[in-house]
Amino acid sequence: MMQFGVFSVGDVTRDPTTGTMPTEHERIEAMVAIARKAEEVGLDVFASGEHHNPPFVPSSPTTLLGYVAARTERIVLSTATTLITTNDPVKIAEDYAMLQHLAQGRVDLIMGRGNTGPVYPWFGQDIRNGMQLAVENYALLHRLWREDVVDWEGRFRTPLQSFTSTPRPLDGVPPFVWHGSIRSPQIAEQAAYYGDGYFHNNIFWPVHHTKQMVELYRNRFEHHGHGRADQAIVGLGGQVFMRPRSQDAVREFRPYFDNAPVYGHGPSLEDFTAQTPLTVGSPQQVIDRYAEMRDHVGDYQRQLFLIDHAGLPLSTVLEQIEILGGEVVPVLRKELADGRPAHVPDAPTHAARVEAAGGPQDVTVYADVDGSLLGRADGTLHRQVEQPVGAR
Amino acid sequence: MSTTLRHPGGEGDREGAVRVAVVSAGLRQPSSTQLLADRLAEGTRDALGDRDLQVHVTQVGLRTHAQDLTNMLLTGFAPPDLQTAIDHVVDADALIAVSPIFSGSYNGLFKSFFDVLDEDVLAGVPVLLAATAGTARHSLAIDHAMRPLFAYLNALALPTGVFAATDDFGSSSGVREDDVVAPLADRVRRATQELAEVVASRPRRAAHDPMALTASFEEMLRGRS
Repeated sequence: MMQFGVFSVGDVTRDPTTGTMPTEHERIEAMVAIARKAEEVGLDVFASGEHHNPPFVPSSPTTLLGYVAARTERIVLSTATTLITTNDPVKIAEDYAMLQHLAQGRVDLIMGRGNTGPVYPWFGQDIRNGMQLAVENYALLHRLWREDVVDWEGRFRTPLQSFTSTPRPLDGVPPFVWHGSIRSPQIAEQAAYYGDGYFHNNIFWPVHHTKQMVELYRNRFEHHGHGRADQAIVGLGGQVFMRPRSQDAVREFRPYFDNAPVYGHGPSLEDFTAQTPLTVGSPQQVIDRYAEMRDHVGDYQRQLFLIDHAGLPLSTVLEQIEILGGEVVPVLRKELADGRPAHVPDAPTHAARVEAAGGPQDVTVYADVDGSLLGRADGTLHRQVEQPVGAR
Repeated sequence: MSTTLRHPGGEGDREGAVRVAVVSAGLRQPSSTQLLADRLAEGTRDALGDRDLQVHVTQVGLRTHAQDLTNMLLTGFAPPDLQTAIDHVVDADALIAVSPIFSGSYNGLFKSFFDVLDEDVLAGVPVLLAATAGTARHSLAIDHAMRPLFAYLNALALPTGVFAATDDFGSSSGVREDDVVAPLADRVRRATQELAEVVASRPRRAAHDPMALTASFEEMLRGRS
């Protein structure tokens, strides 16, 4: 089964039609309202960006997602993206394991390198090391969630001796990880090497480019022995604006498009919709456009839509989510399930991953009274697990 | 798909035609920049022909991509026609780059094109630099402005640049009687011979593959990428 959801950058942008600018507080509350509405209409995923500069509010994704977890019951909470380059991988391991427990497993992450250069120096890193940071930090994170005690030394952070990241992953199964990259083949390779998911945020890119990146990931996934190329775990971004009549959608969305922070004052709405997955029109046009994605990238697992940006008011965004949940996603679910080969995996969920691991396992690491001995309840301790091939 | 690991510096095809891309940033039609670009393309074709090499010349007139270049600067991706032009340039065995001189330098359109190329795609590519302007006073812009740009791009800018002032198009010798400057045709011949000599001595370049991995993941874990 595929998952459908929404992902938010969390930008505070002036509504170009009214001049209204939300406060940070209003924007944060809006993100919560969007997540709750997404669950209410039957979407599967809500993902928040991570940014550390205005005009963006979500600098602390686990705080936001932890609160959303408490206000929802079913929806999977994810990130788009978590900065694997500038966050300490130890803190990512701790924060997201904590969130995973509180959300009863409804958590996964998309790793990314970010799009704001100064974030590197602000967090004490050098942007020229971006790729090496992504590789090294994730290698450590991967171990921290799988080994009870880690000894580690790398180029970019203080070495670790006898370190146990707590809490240990819920049921002994770490959160699923997607690696997001728009144009770096090395990140597709990283995702393939670990047998993790690959997310292509294609909202600004022509589909032939997305197709090339996904194809590279799929082939390398097979090369690294995780299964067949068509069994790799693929997610895509998307961007839509819908009204029952397509000319109304175009008329209403155009001022937002023309003034949008990224592409505003550049390409025309018509060129951009032709060249990227942006679809502005009727729900049926959106269905037709997105039902076709798998012709380019193969049967895939997750489709996220960007719907709350460029100053669109919350009321409009909530209407868009209702149209997605009410008219678009049910049809896409059906159409994309049709002809999907049985050996293509479903979207990863905690429950399915626990089942695949042989059932839930308590992996709490206890310290005894004098603190000198560590161990699981059964007295064992897991160190230096095999490196990743097949360790999904 | 075959393996995606590529060995940098691998030998290209020695047999196929030499691919020459001609980038010109003239803004008018007709344009003296384009006239100079055409002469240089023709001269290069002849000079390579003299060395028994087949030549395939692609003209990339930037004026037709002006809007797309602005869009790409904003969005990060190339619309289809511009992508085709970029592919011709980054896959070329030799580049002829011609700009009108504005305010002491290449024009903004010329710079925009080289700004949107991926890093290192022109590394080691032989480039013939050329420029036009209203008077010969601007001729050093080739060396003061264009040459540093191509040095940054790690391209192999050839020593001889060709500058054409408007007067050059109506003069068979130097601009004035007592001018020691060789006529434009001679300068074109000298520069294109130079380009042909360098190109002929090198293997054809392999097509640029943005999806290529140059290190295994184990190597990446050890700090290479």
